[in-house]
Amino acid sequence: MGIEVNGKTYETDEEGYLTNLGEWNEDVAAAIAVEEKIDMTQNHWEVVNFLREYYNEYQIAPAVRVLTKAIGKKLGPEKASNSYLYELFPYGPAKQACKIAGLPKPTGCV
Amino acid sequence: MADVTAPPLRPFPVAPPVVPDAMAASKPYVANEKMQEALGFPGSLVDDWHDRAIAKMGELLGNYRSLRVYLDACVHCGACSDKCHYYLGTGDPKNMPVARQDLMRGVYRRHFTVAGKLFPKLVGATDLTKDLLDDWYKYYNQCSECRRCSVFCPYGIDTAEVTMAAKEILDTVGYGQKYSNEIIGKVHRIGNNLGLPGPALEDTLLGLEEDTKEETGADVKFPLDQKGAEVLLVTPSADFFAEPHVESLIGYAKVFHQAGISWTLSSHASEAGNFGLFIGNYEQMRTIALRIREAALELGVKRIVVGECGHAWRVAYSFWNTLAGIGAGGDDPFARQLQAQLDSRYRQPTHICELTWDLIERGALVLDAEANDHRVVTFHDSCNVARASRMGDTPGGQFEIPRAIVRAVSNRYVEMRPGTTREATFCCGGGGGLLTDELLDLRVKGALPRMESLREVADGHGVNFMATICAICKAQFTKVLPYYGFDRSMVGGVHQLVSTAIRLGAKS
Repeated sequence: MGIEVNGKTYETDEEGYLTNLGEWNEDVAAAIAVEEKIDMTQNHWEVVNFLREYYNEYQIAPAVRVLTKAIGKKLGPEKASNSYLYELFPYGPAKQACKIAGLPKPTGCV
Repeated sequence: MADVTAPPLRPFPVAPPVVPDAMAASKPYVANEKMQEALGFPGSLVDDWHDRAIAKMGELLGNYRSLRVYLDACVHCGACSDKCHYYLGTGDPKNMPVARQDLMRGVYRRHFTVAGKLFPKLVGATDLTKDLLDDWYKYYNQCSECRRCSVFCPYGIDTAEVTMAAKEILDTVGYGQKYSNEIIGKVHRIGNNLGLPGPALEDTLLGLEEDTKEETGADVKFPLDQKGAEVLLVTPSADFFAEPHVESLIGYAKVFHQAGISWTLSSHASEAGNFGLFIGNYEQMRTIALRIREAALELGVKRIVVGECGHAWRVAYSFWNTLAGIGAGGDDPFARQLQAQLDSRYRQPTHICELTWDLIERGALVLDAEANDHRVVTFHDSCNVARASRMGDTPGGQFEIPRAIVRAVSNRYVEMRPGTTREATFCCGGGGGLLTDELLDLRVKGALPRMESLREVADGHGVNFMATICAICKAQFTKVLPYYGFDRSMVGGVHQLVSTAIRLGAKS
């Protein structure tokens, strides 16, 4: 499976998660977002960029609480909630936002 | 992803009309080569899968006399047929527990009974064809191993054991399931189902200390790898990561804090869940369980406490003794060392609900139940706790103790319809290694019976919070509640309620 962006094919797994994290760029993210039916706004990008920063440091996506706190600091305390993240990423912030950010899918009982 | 549709709630929950092959297209992703080989299974379906499958079945029949009894004893009385949530939600006749087991029973008769070898057609014996093997893969991945049907079986056939045997055979021939096997590989590699490495865990816990300090003003700690602590808490890694799971983790920490019990988490054993159970593989289950023994020995703890995780408590309560020497039964040098180290005055292992209830009974916690007055609470029994374990000293403790805690920390409690709770509880629809996105349609449909009883108490009594003590239940309901018109935040942990009610710093 794969996703085609600007004439180049990027390999993904069965669920559409990017196989090689290093290949990610904003155009790929935008293309995945289109498949997910997400209209990327500046706030979506804030989440995606934070996920990538955190992943670079810790090799895992941040816990939902870590994410909500960080987003609260960037976008204002009223946005520091799980339900705001669900507004941005209706399928669930952990999985859908990770997919767009090019990170592996969080596994386990989540 | 396939279309996901929720069936309408039925005013009278009776068996649905049969819809042959309704779920014939439902199957989880197959594990890839890397995931399979990491567990010692063939990377993909082997050429001689038929012979290997039959040989493995023979081996399992030799190891587990119970399996042979379950395959022999069924008289097709049909008592189980309308007891499975997946049948009730899908109408697919192969999801009647008897029919699902017959997918294996026919092959068993063909190869392991005299009549089946000589007169296969007369006794319903079948050859294991590739089509049948595919049916195994599909329909044994539509059983959450919840064992509700077994409660109603006059012979007490443990249908989950048949499902586990099928999954074990499928793994052996290189036809494993991605969700479970990828997760087990992560436990071996990193220490938990999520793949949360030590530094990320440490960072997450420090964040929780800040949050709890801000909320309560108290210095509630979330210690990690602290040698010499009294208690090792082993909890599902979802408690570190997901909502609403983390609210219960905060609850455990507040309980330890107020009771003055020193405790620690372990980065080596940062997972209570044990998916080795789900795939029916003893070696995997044992290897995962041994991480906890290693951590307990390394940290020198006196007690091992298990957080809110349904199947983990089954493994801990029923199998840890012989798997890892936690509790009585293990008899190797490390098990003996562990026995000498653990404090025999306490139950080993202890469920977090047992610990909290004991403290409440002794008056060691200051609780303000009014803090939960915005909630009308019901309790969803998780299948593995309800039907495969015990808490406390009396029969039914696994039902009474969580309810007693809920009643102590909240004022408005309502039971769901009898026949849908306690030992007859309905699975959330996501257990047994099925909590994966590609099975969402199955999960939504399988949640139907629970959603019906929740709808009754929500409409009739204003219930707006369903407490549970399982990470899978929490994740599953968070996902499926909206399909039935409920808010996803209606589900949460028992210790989430404790967390709301406990008054830190108020102890006289």
